Amino acid sequence: MKRTSKLGLDFNKVDKAKKLAGNIADEVQKFVENYTTVSVERTLCRLVGIDGVDKNDVPLPNVVVNMIHDKGATGQGILYYLGNAILETNLSPQEIAEKVSAGTLDLTKLSTYTLEEIQNAIMPLVKESVAKIKANVAKRNDYINNIGEGEKPYLYVIVATGNIYEDVVQAEAAARQGADIIAVIRTTGQSLLDFVPYGATTEGFGGTVATQENFRIMRKALDEVGEEVGKYIRLCNYCSGLCMPEIAAMGAIERLDVMLNDALYGILFRDINMQRTMIDQYFSRIINSFAGVIINTGEDNYLTTADAFEQAHTVLASDFINEQLAVLAGMPEEQMGLGHAFEMDPELENGFLYELSQAQMLREIFPKATPKYMPPTKFMTGNIFRGQIQNALFNEISIWTGQGIQLLGMITEAVHTPFMSDRYLAIENAQYVFKNMKNIGDEVEFKQDGIIQQRAKQVLDDAYQLLSEIEKEGLFDAIEKGIFADIKRPKNGGKGLAGVVAKTENYFNPFINLMKGEQN
Amino acid sequence: MSGGLDSRNKSDFDQTLDLKNIKPYGDTMNDGKTQLSFTLPVPCNDEAIEAAKQLMKKMGFENPQVVYYKELTKGFTFFNCYGSCTHTVDHTAINVPKVESTVWDMKETDDFIKEQIGRKIVVIGASTGTDAHTVGIDAIMNMKGYAGHYGLERYEMFEALNMGSQVLNEEFIAKAIELKADALLVSQTVTQKDVHIKNLIELVEMLEAEGLRDKVILVCGGPRVSHELAKELGYDAGFSMNSYADDVGSYIAQELQRRQNK
Repeated sequence: MKRTSKLGLDFNKVDKAKKLAGNIADEVQKFVENYTTVSVERTLCRLVGIDGVDKNDVPLPNVVVNMIHDKGATGQGILYYLGNAILETNLSPQEIAEKVSAGTLDLTKLSTYTLEEIQNAIMPLVKESVAKIKANVAKRNDYINNIGEGEKPYLYVIVATGNIYEDVVQAEAAARQGADIIAVIRTTGQSLLDFVPYGATTEGFGGTVATQENFRIMRKALDEVGEEVGKYIRLCNYCSGLCMPEIAAMGAIERLDVMLNDALYGILFRDINMQRTMIDQYFSRIINSFAGVIINTGEDNYLTTADAFEQAHTVLASDFINEQLAVLAGMPEEQMGLGHAFEMDPELENGFLYELSQAQMLREIFPKATPKYMPPTKFMTGNIFRGQIQNALFNEISIWTGQGIQLLGMITEAVHTPFMSDRYLAIENAQYVFKNMKNIGDEVEFKQDGIIQQRAKQVLDDAYQLLSEIEKEGLFDAIEKGIFADIKRPKNGGKGLAGVVAKTENYFNPFINLMKGEQN
Repeated sequence: MSGGLDSRNKSDFDQTLDLKNIKPYGDTMNDGKTQLSFTLPVPCNDEAIEAAKQLMKKMGFENPQVVYYKELTKGFTFFNCYGSCTHTVDHTAINVPKVESTVWDMKETDDFIKEQIGRKIVVIGASTGTDAHTVGIDAIMNMKGYAGHYGLERYEMFEALNMGSQVLNEEFIAKAIELKADALLVSQTVTQKDVHIKNLIELVEMLEAEGLRDKVILVCGGPRVSHELAKELGYDAGFSMNSYADDVGSYIAQELQRRQNK
């Protein structure tokens, strides 16, 4: 198919850049395949039905995995031990976990069965789990087919009261006002917890704890309000941090639709160990792919520390890499919410033209993706009146260039977590601009070799150059040198490295093949 | 709308500026005109509008006007309102504590440090506790700075280390000891449930326990931090919105010189 570009983009160069990013991702993948992590193993526990907490509020998946981790046996994989215990005790994984928690069962001290017997014991549970997630995908598709969905760009708003029940009130209000996606912001610092808290929660700082029960409560509310307003309302949460794949599993089980899920974000911005993150992101993306979840990558965050004009090419380079890592996890392009942002200094002359150019460029380079466009945050101030205009310009670019997910800017971005009225003003702003300028992208062409075309060419050239360097160095070394967002992270530094373990001979994770196979 | 919303006759009140009794200014001295918006948790109807007006009267507004209203969701109504404030403030009696230093640009500060201190000043900064926001500390410290004001990393005479976000107070203090820091900068953005206050106090207490409090210049900053609050919490200075590296850098240089000359 002949690709056309309003920007005069060199698609040869785009293809070469994708090739470089593919090589970078392959190199990472060679490492990833030989390792597992405690969070991957806890994810497997959750997928085969282990849930709940012990008397000290430690989640049972942690109790079970800690047992084998403390004995240096994580490399065998938890399914090996669970399968073996099922054969020995004839109990369910949940009952086994409860016995482990009570101290009456040691998974490593049972008589051992053959690998084949163990796999046969566990496979029915694996298949049941996969079927359950598949049923969730079907249910989502039913909703979309029967009651419909919003038009793109999807209007994405956040709720962040800290109390899941108050979040529900805010979310329902937003849905009635026109929101398509509700994201429940996580409580500050949750990404650094090496466990997922349990149950419904009413206390949080700057957000609400991501728990499976909270997911369930919000899902139910959004299904109901969706029926009322006549469109499916998508639910978003944060599949990042030390529990990345666990959150993916919980989201798949509770039918979340969108997940923040970046390969590099945790490394750069939460100082999570890069080996840990790469291994975790792979399995989390396999689950997200299979569950029909749109992932949102976090490139916008680079620009909160680095300059949006000077560092635009790092955003594009990271999008190329995130795309290729997602491809390896079997993700369809439509589920790739590649990130970028409207973050240039409002004082910059022609800033709008540069933003327009970059947004159009991203669209042309990843035509099937569902790009996630982030609003101004860095240069939002207490001048909420100017803020409303900044958000309007951002909305104009989105409708002009056909973005996928529009993360609505709030006038009080720099002041507090959004009031109900802030969300209303944001949605009204977007709806006004989207309707008023609906077909501008079809009508307006860009001047040949003008500011807009030149800008795109420059950013693509720079991104290509950067990818060439990263390909030579390898992604891990490139991050050590601070290539993204001016942040340097050592390969053996950061949080969570102790949870990374080389797989041993009998390791098996049948979800990978089942979930990736189902995609084809 | 011209005139329609202004039902007060301009001759009804004294239009002379009186600094002992100031009130908001719309387009005429002492008209008290104020705009505000809020949401009431009631359905959108005539009673809701009346409730908004009565509430404004209780807030001290004469002639309350609801100029726009909209039901946000069942049971919640949003209002845009105008009114004339009846309260006044004695501006002549106000006393706001301020950071006492002259604000210089990068070169002036560097020159001052060369002449008066004679060595580089070591500064470490972080967004501490669970706070994940780096915008504030980056604006002050990073090479590029913010809005045209270079950050401390760019200064010749500052040895500046930005530790980033979510730095534990323990880690922060350990780094201060390791680098023999002269000044510590703490940024706090998240203020929900006063989490920033608890965290700021904890750092002071830990520094005191280590016997370090008097050995460092301790500065905090953030959109909801004032110099007054900072002093109250046991900091040497606090910087709020619209502060740049210039403000922080020249303060640290002058404060260090003051302490050396004691």
